[in-house]
Amino acid sequence: MSDALEVLDQVGKWKASGKGVAVATVITTWGSSPRPVGSQLGVDDAGNMVGSVSGGCIEGAVVKEALDAIKDGKPRLLDFGVTDEQAWDVGLACGGKVQVFVEKVN
Amino acid sequence: MKAETLAALQDARAKRRAVALATRLSDAAEALIYRDEAKGDLAGDQAIVSAARRAMDIGKSETVDIGGAKIFLNVYVPPPRLIIVGAVHIAQSLAPMAAMLEFDVTVVDPRGAWATTQRFPGVRVIRDWADEAFQEMGLDVSTAVVTLTHDPKLDDPALESALKSDVFYIGALGSKLTHAKRKERRAQAGITDEMFARIHGPIGLNIGARSPAEIAVSILGQIIEVRARRLEALAAPKVAAA
Repeated sequence: MSDALEVLDQVGKWKASGKGVAVATVITTWGSSPRPVGSQLGVDDAGNMVGSVSGGCIEGAVVKEALDAIKDGKPRLLDFGVTDEQAWDVGLACGGKVQVFVEKVN
Repeated sequence: MKAETLAALQDARAKRRAVALATRLSDAAEALIYRDEAKGDLAGDQAIVSAARRAMDIGKSETVDIGGAKIFLNVYVPPPRLIIVGAVHIAQSLAPMAAMLEFDVTVVDPRGAWATTQRFPGVRVIRDWADEAFQEMGLDVSTAVVTLTHDPKLDDPALESALKSDVFYIGALGSKLTHAKRKERRAQAGITDEMFARIHGPIGLNIGARSPAEIAVSILGQIIEVRARRLEALAAPKVAAA
């Protein structure tokens, strides 16, 4: 099963159980980014995660925005640049940039 | 994303139906675009619908600029499927290797002694004639069919059905001589030379493979190559007619 569909399955289950849910999707990448366009992260209102939008370095920030999106219902477009130095620290390929779209599941 | 959209994406996956979700980034308005229909807020925008269908053809999600609005096209295409006809020794290597490459694998063989889940742990095994099984499964453009039995009774009907579908790959195990004889038989069954040429036979890349596992590698190498070249050709910009 592809990752994206695994994420949607879990998101569907959270939604069905009455939780607030948001989905974050990698929509553009530049340079060597760790996850391809279309990669998704599902987040529930307690901050539980499924899937990934990076090798782990931006998930924290994305979850925070996702929780806000669940509260106010507004979609968000987030830009992340990974500098070579940061990339080294978190063990990612260097110089990648990603743009992530975050929206609530209504 | 609407909850109905989520349900529709899951439904499309279950039915192996390709779909693209178009989302306008400014306000999260969306549309679900299939090959034969489009639904949702943005479904009336023909430029979005065409862009989404093109993205589906090449199997690639992307953000596009349409009429000054940024639209994200998220493509959900069914995973490639490999149908192995003949629950033989090579199939026992081929099935797990293909699963590792994220193919959805099915083994078909009417012979009860061969088609057992014990011989193929974790793989879908159908104990039936290939043409019957194909009819039920539905062959599509993201499917590869491989025949491995060496037995014309089993291989021929499978090849015939596969040739009448738009599967992206057909391969048949057997020597050059076996393949030549196969071609004679097919001519009698009304399969033209042009149709027959779609079959990769002898199957696999010529890497001097000997053992079942090596042959499985050569077959998968060829399937990967055929699939990649096809997607490359679809992704290549169309040259304008002079």
